[in-house]
Amino acid sequence: MTALLDLKNVGLVRSGKRILDHVDLTVGEREIVTLIGPNGAGKSSLVKVALGLENADQGKVTRRSDLRIGYLPQRFQLDSTLPMSVRHLMKLTVDATEGKLRAALEELSVGGLIDASVHHLSGGELQRVMLARAMLRGPNLLVLDEPTQNLDINGAVECYQIIQRFRDATGCGVLLVSHDLNIVMAATTRVYCLNSHVCCSGHPDAVSRDPEFLRLFGPVGASTLALYAHHHDHEHAPDGHVVHDHGHDHKHDHPHGPH
Amino acid sequence: MDDFILRAIVAGCGIALVAGPLGCFVVWRRMAYFGDTLSHAALLGVAAGFALGVAPMLGVILTCIAVGALLLGFQSQARVPTDTLLGILSHAALSFGLIAIGFMDTVRVDLMGYLFGDILAVTAEDIAWIYGGAIAVLAVLAIIWRPLVALTVHADLAMAEGIAANRLKIIFMLLIAVTVALAMKIVGVMLISALLIIPTAAARRFAKGPESMALGTILLGMLAVGGGLFSSVTWDLPSGPAIVVVATFLFVLSLLMGPSASQPRTS
Repeated sequence: MTALLDLKNVGLVRSGKRILDHVDLTVGEREIVTLIGPNGAGKSSLVKVALGLENADQGKVTRRSDLRIGYLPQRFQLDSTLPMSVRHLMKLTVDATEGKLRAALEELSVGGLIDASVHHLSGGELQRVMLARAMLRGPNLLVLDEPTQNLDINGAVECYQIIQRFRDATGCGVLLVSHDLNIVMAATTRVYCLNSHVCCSGHPDAVSRDPEFLRLFGPVGASTLALYAHHHDHEHAPDGHVVHDHGHDHKHDHPHGPH
Repeated sequence: MDDFILRAIVAGCGIALVAGPLGCFVVWRRMAYFGDTLSHAALLGVAAGFALGVAPMLGVILTCIAVGALLLGFQSQARVPTDTLLGILSHAALSFGLIAIGFMDTVRVDLMGYLFGDILAVTAEDIAWIYGGAIAVLAVLAIIWRPLVALTVHADLAMAEGIAANRLKIIFMLLIAVTVALAMKIVGVMLISALLIIPTAAARRFAKGPESMALGTILLGMLAVGGGLFSSVTWDLPSGPAIVVVATFLFVLSLLMGPSASQPRTS
């Protein structure tokens, strides 16, 4: 089966600065792929390259021909001169019946906002509406750039459950970006840790049984949240370049990306 | 009512019909200076039209398209900030136009007319041009309305979800070029962008959605044309500036009357 999205050896340079370096990334049907990494690691740039909004300077980006994307951007602010209701925003790039539109909003518990002005929404409400909007498109690939920002911890857990339910129901692939280095969805197929290059990638299942993880979240939290054990074979200097330190024991149970 | 006033009202309303919806996008997309630049380039187009022996309107459309293409090309380079670039091109185009027209001593050119418009001298043929052009521009705008709104709301989102941004930007630029050429005779190159922007700003506070805002803009534009012509005839004011002044009064009125609920949330 062809992957929805396949990036091979992708590099991106902007203003003389190497933003992405030899990045490999694949998202297939039914897969939930989580991208984590510190601020400025190039997560959003990688998403832009994956979506075709920016052209990679090297490497190859392959998107399946029938790809239908639902996109939740990291930043969304409607220009104050443009009046728009939630209903209108939902139908921005897709036709939908009133019933489907309401169902999509109600799934995110914001059904009551259907006639509200987008300018009057709180950050959390807007985030939910934007997620509902991406799902209303009936995508086979959901690209969510920090979907839990502006949500509290309960809201974030609920949001992850909704994403998982949507994946289960539609079989779409999910590419999810998180600024949080520690918390990823338990349903995640693969985690990529990015810091210009892919520091490490792998299945979070192995680490969800990690004693460290259980100590932090307990068995209840484990059903939704998973701690991705984060062991590097190198340290990052403050300027981001890699400082190798081979003096200690490695705890890798996942393959290490190329540098 | 005299025939020439009737013709002026009909022509002005035709311009308001097309300037309103286009002006909305100019405001939403923060392209006010872009409209200014294209309208200033129109003067150069008039000179080019005379030099090449073609109709001034055709010269204006072609020059606006050339300047617009130059702008789109430069924007994707991102070496010079866009507002600086527009500031340079806007005034350079105006100056080149004034110099070029200065050389046209063989042709009698009514410079004031081109700069500030001469709506009271509109002919039946002009009206045919204005309405033909307006219908064509509105038809194209209706077709690209929805993707253009999506692109305006969030460019990355629209592109990620399959909207061809570059094609839309080029079509939109062509529509502005045609509108500038149509409006030039009515309000002149100095005041065209005022007609694009002021009624739009006035309509903002009453609008609930993009479509209702576009309709409100048309209405307010027509009101400005009517009020401007009335005061022009009554008090012997220059007609183009009178229209712009009335539009400005309408904007100030909208600030006083508009519901406070439409205040954008500051966050």
